[in-house]
This record gives sequence, structure tokens and C-alpha cells, in this order.
Amino acid sequence: MFTPAAESLLRQAREIQDEELSRFCSRVVKLLQKDPGAEAVDALRRLFLIVSATKYGRKLEKPCVDLLQATICSPACPEQLQLLCAAILREMAPSEGLNLSCDHIQKSRTLSLAASVLLAQGDRQDEVRSVGQRALHLLEARQTEGPGPRALLPVVSKVVSLAPGTLPEAQADMLHRRLVDWLRYASVQQGVAQPSRGFFSAPRTRQPGPVTEVDGAVATDFFTVLSTGQHFTEDQRLNVHAFSMLRTWLLFSGPASRDASDADDRSELEGSTLSVLSATSATASHLLPPQQQLRAGAFEYCQRLLEQSTRRALRKGDSDLQKACLVEAVLLLDVLCRQEPSFLYRALSCLKALLGRLCGDPAQARTLLPIARFLLSHGEAAAVDSEAVCQHLFTSVLADLFPNPMLAFEFAQFCRDSLHLFNPDQGTFKLSFPNLFKLLAWHSPALTSEFVVLLPALVDASTAVEMLHTLLDLPCLTAALGLQLSRSSPTASERPLWDVSLRPTSCLEGFRDPEFQGLFQYLLRSKAGGATKRLAPLHHLLQPMASCARVVQCAQAVPTLLQVFFAAVTQVASGDLSAQLALVLLERSNSLFQVPQYEAQVHRVMSSQLLALCRLRPALVVELARDLLEFVGTVSGIRSRESMFTAVVWAIGEYLAVSYDRRCTVEQVNRFFEALEALLFEVTQSRRSATLPPYPPQVVTVLMTTLTKLASRSQDLIPRVSLLLSKLRALPQGPAMGSVPRDEDTDAIRMRATELTNLLKMPSVAQFVFTPGMEASTPRFHRDANTALPLALHTVSRLVDREAGLLPA
Amino acid sequence: MVHAFLIYTLRAPHAEDTGFCRVLYSCVFGAEKSPDDPRPHGAERDRLLRKEQILAVARQAESMCRLQQQASGHSSVDLPPQSSDEPASLHEAPHGAFRLAAGDPFQEPRTVVWLGVLSLGFALVLDAHENLLLAEGTLRLLARFLFDHLRLLAPSANLLLRADRVEAILARFLPHGQLLFLNDQFVQGLEKELSAAWPL
Repeated sequence: MFTPAAESLLRQAREIQDEELSRFCSRVVKLLQKDPGAEAVDALRRLFLIVSATKYGRKLEKPCVDLLQATICSPACPEQLQLLCAAILREMAPSEGLNLSCDHIQKSRTLSLAASVLLAQGDRQDEVRSVGQRALHLLEARQTEGPGPRALLPVVSKVVSLAPGTLPEAQADMLHRRLVDWLRYASVQQGVAQPSRGFFSAPRTRQPGPVTEVDGAVATDFFTVLSTGQHFTEDQRLNVHAFSMLRTWLLFSGPASRDASDADDRSELEGSTLSVLSATSATASHLLPPQQQLRAGAFEYCQRLLEQSTRRALRKGDSDLQKACLVEAVLLLDVLCRQEPSFLYRALSCLKALLGRLCGDPAQARTLLPIARFLLSHGEAAAVDSEAVCQHLFTSVLADLFPNPMLAFEFAQFCRDSLHLFNPDQGTFKLSFPNLFKLLAWHSPALTSEFVVLLPALVDASTAVEMLHTLLDLPCLTAALGLQLSRSSPTASERPLWDVSLRPTSCLEGFRDPEFQGLFQYLLRSKAGGATKRLAPLHHLLQPMASCARVVQCAQAVPTLLQVFFAAVTQVASGDLSAQLALVLLERSNSLFQVPQYEAQVHRVMSSQLLALCRLRPALVVELARDLLEFVGTVSGIRSRESMFTAVVWAIGEYLAVSYDRRCTVEQVNRFFEALEALLFEVTQSRRSATLPPYPPQVVTVLMTTLTKLASRSQDLIPRVSLLLSKLRALPQGPAMGSVPRDEDTDAIRMRATELTNLLKMPSVAQFVFTPGMEASTPRFHRDANTALPLALHTVSRLVDREAGLLPA
Repeated sequence: MVHAFLIYTLRAPHAEDTGFCRVLYSCVFGAEKSPDDPRPHGAERDRLLRKEQILAVARQAESMCRLQQQASGHSSVDLPPQSSDEPASLHEAPHGAFRLAAGDPFQEPRTVVWLGVLSLGFALVLDAHENLLLAEGTLRLLARFLFDHLRLLAPSANLLLRADRVEAILARFLPHGQLLFLNDQFVQGLEKELSAAWPL
């Protein structure tokens, strides 16, 4: 639909030059003054495109702007021209040359047009307040003829939402009273059709009947937005507009300061008003102040809507509207109960009556969320019901309805907004993370940022290890959810859930295979806390689905979430937990679902987090010595998880020392030394081979450095290390492939070997350099000439290797 | 309340990165308060910022739509046009919502609801805690009317020079960004009024 013709039109509009534009403006002026017909409309359309097509400002001639303003304000002009003029002026906003004022406007339609321009100016000259004043003034003037108030209500609504709490009380009261009229006392008879203007039109013979409910029955009570008929009267239309703006009005029409000071009194009242205070009804409300009248009227409207939402609508559009009205009614009840705690008791009984029906209907899941929020926020009286609804939401709703993108977003928003309200003792929220992750797995692009906020609240010391495994298996979860969905709706005519070119039939068969049942059930579980299972067999089974777009999208989100997880878990991790998490990292580094590029990115995060864990608790290295030894045991593991390997070897070098943990023995140091020495030997052998690609130089240098560090602590090992290092210094070039980087690698290795050899010639300095202890993190360590590490290194190098010229003289 | 409504282009899900996401139409209902800017040309800078904000929203909505379509395995945006079946196909059209944090790009946190129909995207920028069921319904309604009244299914359709009709539709169904609770009969009534005032 965006054709090349449209593209070139857009470009022309952007490239039009200033002189041409000013000529065009004069043409527009002439057309508007002379003959406001089709040509004028066409010219204005083009002018609109010119102004709106570019993000840089366009200067229109003053006579043109003045004429556009005048056109808006003259009631005789056709709607088409006025809309275009208002649109052009709005597109230019904020503009400094505007002298449109609403102070003398008498017609509501004109004010509505002018308001769309004035409210777009960004309130530089207090336009919002003046528009609001004018609109309320016109409303007060009681023009009951024609659609006057209907055009003004959206204006008032926008004004109060832009500038809350700035209306004078008298005017606000006036509107409170009129809103009650429109909301509660609209006509219950249907409107009449516009009389046809024909000469031979037959006289109306039939009186219109009463309005009906959405299921066709005659309306039983006052008119609401869920009442229908063939035609509507003006006051019924006002009813619709009044309800549409009601929540904004209730929230923002009161003066801001008043609400804040009453908030504390209100919260006390809330706990004690459940049974005592009598309900005020609108019929007795003429005794109340206008704001209270409106609240009472609004409450009755909400009750009526809740009742009307139980009917079975005949049309789909009405059934969608019922759900929207239900949500709005609950949101309104929340606002009303905050403003008038005496409503709480009746509100709770209305909602309780609904819950049973709504919980049983999957189509109503989205309407349950605001109800749950209401029950959670309005505290002790509702505690029992809120728990039941939350259970239902976090188990059945999530498990069955996760594919719906709007439900997923609203659920995540509900969790975010209610974090402070979930009862930590019940644990419903925290233990439901397997189900919540289904939302994330299915809709990762839209929900990753929401979960970055939610994840820290879900992290708990008792489930942290399980959560880490679940996060690492998230792409696997996505694939399994896809299989689950395709199995529950297997008809071929359904839209495919993934790219049809991949044919995961083996996966589908495996899903039904009893052998894998247990693992799939574990993966798709609803609650955390059971025994954990390793899902490696599923990784193999689901391999064909690893390149599905949805799985890849999920895999891209996991590294970010891992970072967030670790940032949160280190706040609550004890020594034991850190050890467990480190073990998980070691174990899972070669047991990941093979999505393209997933492993490399996750390894990067894992290695940095492992180092962070060790930095926080250096004793970890000694505690996990056996597992680390096993990890570095074979050379075959290096290629597939290089970053992890490097991190582990580095950690060994840094933290395997008595100063970090008294349990570190000489035997341990020697065992590590031997293992790493053998590895280094094998690694350097491979450098000579022409068939295998050599290991990256980082692997070699980290091994060398770690061996040197270990030797500096157990000085019997120094001769062995020196021998190794001298061999490495004499390393020949690798197989010549003609590329420069190869030489740089060898040079780097040689340079490092030389530095380490030099250090080892002075063993006590080496010890000081490699195991500086905790003081190394204090600034004084580096400023004091006696202790500064860089100075020591410089001195050593210069003493030992005068002619090497490694450092500037 | 709705802060802005925009119409933007959608590229096919697996297309190479050719072309840009273009905003074909945007309407901001009442601007955020302008920061006090003593430097000259403050108004122009302000306008530039607003246009950039809208473009940022369009780009993000477009990429959400593409990602959703890729994930659900659609290789192209084009469903066969069904002129009589619009309501059904609109319910199947890709749609979703996402949140915009405060400062990124608007001062206040906001929510965006988007809908993709053929190669056009429609989006509403809402306040943070708005009735999303109503917003979604309104967005579908607007899309349906825009497709009908601008005949966007015709091969030579172009909405760039038909802003007056778009404004007329918005003035009735989303006046000043106010979401309206309109039942089916009400909508039919408004549609008749629209067709009478603006013959097709």
C-alpha cells in the first residue's frame, strides 16, 4: 500500500522550497477567500501534507496563518475546511506566531476545533487553563439545544488530565451536577429517526419503543452505555460521553491538595466502615454536596453495568463492549472506594457475586485482572477472595491462555503494579514463576523489559537454583509450548504456529512418547519447589525446533535476564547458595539447548558471573576445588566453552591461596598445578599442528599466568614453571598462513612468558605481585611509594632485563 | 486518555532492511507541557522533539509487529483482501501492546497499543493505566472505518492527501483523544452520520 508513487509524493512534500511554499500559501489564501470549494480543499490537503511530512518546522506566511485561524472561528465554513485548517495549525504546533484565542468563542463546535490547536501548544501561555475556563463557561450557559455539551465534554476531559486540580470549585461543582443528570436521568425511550425531508414523506405513525439491553430484553433500569436502540436521543448520547470521561473527571477534577491530606483519614476509615455506614443512593442525594452526588451516581452506574455485563449479547461488538465496561466499572469502583470508603462494602459484595461466573469463563480472563487488583488493594476485608482469584490467575489462566499477546501484556503489568501487594507468606507470586516464564517464553520481544523489573521480585533464596535452570532452559520451554499448542489444536486449517518449512514431526512424536512425558511435564509445570530434573534429553529431541523464529527470539532475551537474575540473587545469596549457583554454571555450560549463537552469548554471561561470584566470596574456589579440577581436567572441553574455561582458570589463579581460605593446602595447589601444566603442554602442542586451528592466545596466557601464580605460592614449583616458560619463549611461529594476526598471537605469548619469567627470578616479589591480598583494593596501596604495585613491577623488570627494552627508559 | 494516534507503514516480515518505517499520519491530542527553554527557537526544537517521539513509537511498533509475525511463522504480511469479512480478519490481525518508560521517549510513562493490517500499522499512545480492552476495541474500529472510508484496499489507495477524512473519523470516534464506550447500534448511527456528511 505504500507505493513508490506515495514515496515520491512524500519526498516532494519534504523538498518543496521556501519560495515555492510562500507562493502556494498565497494561492491558498486566494482560494479560501474567493471560493471555498473543492479546489480550496485540495490545496489545504496539500498544505497539510507539506507541513506534516517533515519533522523540521515550516514557515507559513502570516496572512495564511491568520486566514486559517479565521476559518476555524467562522461557523459558516464547511466542516471539511475547518478540520483541515485546524489540522494544519495543530501540525505546526508549538508555533510562536499563533494569536488564536478562545476567550470570545460562543459555539461549542468552534471551541472544540480551537482547543485541538491550543492544547497542542504545550501550555506555554497558559492555554490549557483558558480553554478549560471557556469550555466550562459554555457548559454553564446551558445551551440545551443542539449537540453543544457533547462537543465540550472531551475538551474538559483533556484539560483536566493535562492540568489536574486547577479548576475553580464552583465551576467543577456545576459540572458535577450536570454529569449526574446525564448519567442517571437520560431518557429510557428510543430516539426518533431524523425526519426525511421529502415532500411526500409519510407522517410518523409509530412512537419509538423503550431502549433495550444488549440481549434484546427491554431495559429494566436507567439508560447506560450498554443500552441500545434504533436511534438515540441527545441526552442518551450525552450519557455515553459523560460515562466515557467519568474516571478522568473523578480522578483529576478535585483540587490536588485536598485529596492528599484526607488520604490518611480515609485509610483508617476503610478498615472500620464495612457494616456501619449506610449506603447513600442517588435518589436521596439532592441533600449531598455535588461531588458526593456524582460519586453516588457513578457508583450506581457501575453497579448497573456489572449487572448488564452478565447478559448474553446478541452482537459481537456488544459483547466486546461488555468486557470493556466491566473493566471500566471495576476501575471506577477502585477510584470511588479510595475517595469514599463507605462504598467499599457494597462494592465488594457486587464483585464477589461476579467472581464465580468470571473465573469459569476463559474469555473473561482479562477482566479478572482489574478485579484481582481491586481485591488486593482493598486489604483485609477482601483477603480470602483475593487469594483465590490470584491462585486461579497464576495457575489456570497463565497455563491455558499464555498465547494471547494482550493478556500477556496486561498480566505482566498487573504483576508489576501489584508487587507491593502480594502477600509474601502465601508465596503464590514467587512460586508461580514457571508459569510466568511461559508468558516470557512465548512473547519475549514485548515482555523482556517487563520481566527485567519483575525478575528481582521473583528471586528467592529457596528457589534460586531452580530459577537459574529454568532461565537457561527458556528457549526449550518455548519449543515445548509450541508443541503443546499444536497438539491441542491439531487441525491443519489452523494458522501454523511456526515456520512451515521446518517440519518438527519427530518433536511432535516425542511429545507424545511416554518416555519423555516426565520431562515435558516438569518443563511445563505451574509451580516451583519440587525436585529439579535435568532436561538434556529434551535438548536433543527438540533440536529441529531450535531455529524457529520464536525460539531464537527467546534465546536472545536470556542473556539480559541472566544478568538481572544474578544482580538480584547476589543480594540474598548466602555462602551455600553461591556455591550451588557456581556449580550450576559449571554444569550447565555444556548442557544448553543449541540455538544458533545462544551458547556463545550465555557463556559470556556465565563466565563473568562466575568471576563475580568468586570475587564476592573468594573462599568458593577452595570449597569447589574438586569440581573445578574436574572442569579443567580435559582439553576437549576447552574449545566448546572457551570463555568459561578462561574464567575458571583465572579464578583458580586468583583465589586459590591461603590468604583467601585457610583450608587451602599445598597438595591442592600442587594438584591444580599438575592438571594445568598438562593442559598447557597439550595446548601448546596443538599450536604446531597444521591441521587443528590453534587455541586462542588468551587460553595460553591465562594458563601461563595461573601456573606462575600457583608457583609463587608454593615455591617448589618454580623451577618447573620456569622451564615451561622458557619453552614458550622459544615458541616458533605457528604454521605460516601469511596473516599478520598469527605473529601477534605468538608475540603476545612470548612477551607474557618473558614478564612472568622475570617476576619469578625474584620469588618474594612474585608472591607480592600475584597474591596482594585484600589491601590491594585500597587507594593507599597504589599511592604509597613503598607498596605501589606498578612501581614494583617497573623496578623488577628494569633490574632483571636491562637490555630487553620492554619498557620505556 | 489517548495521547496520540498514528498510522505508519509496515514492511514484510522477512524483507531485507530496505526502506524505512514512515509515519503516514499522526495526531497528538494535547501536548505534554513544554520545558522552559530560554534559548531561541525553543518552539521549533519542541516540535522536532514531538515528531521524533512519534517516529520512535512507530519504529518500535513496527518492529514488534514484524517480530510477532516472524514468530508466528507468517512469511508475508498480505492476507487475501476480504472486503466483506473485515471484522473477522481484523480480529486475526497481529496486535499487541508494549510499555514506554518515563523519559523514553515521553516524559510520562505510557502504553502503546498497536494493530497491523496488511501493510499499514495503527497505534494508540495511551496513559499508563488505561482501559486496554476499550483501547483495543477503539483501535480496531478506527482501522475498520479508515479502510472502508478511504478505500485502502484499492490498488491505488493513498492516504497521504486524504487527511480531512481521517480527521473526520477521529473527530467522531476519538474526539480529543477520549475513548468512547460505543455499542454496536451507536457505532452504526455514527457511521450513518459520517457517510451523510462525507459521501464516499
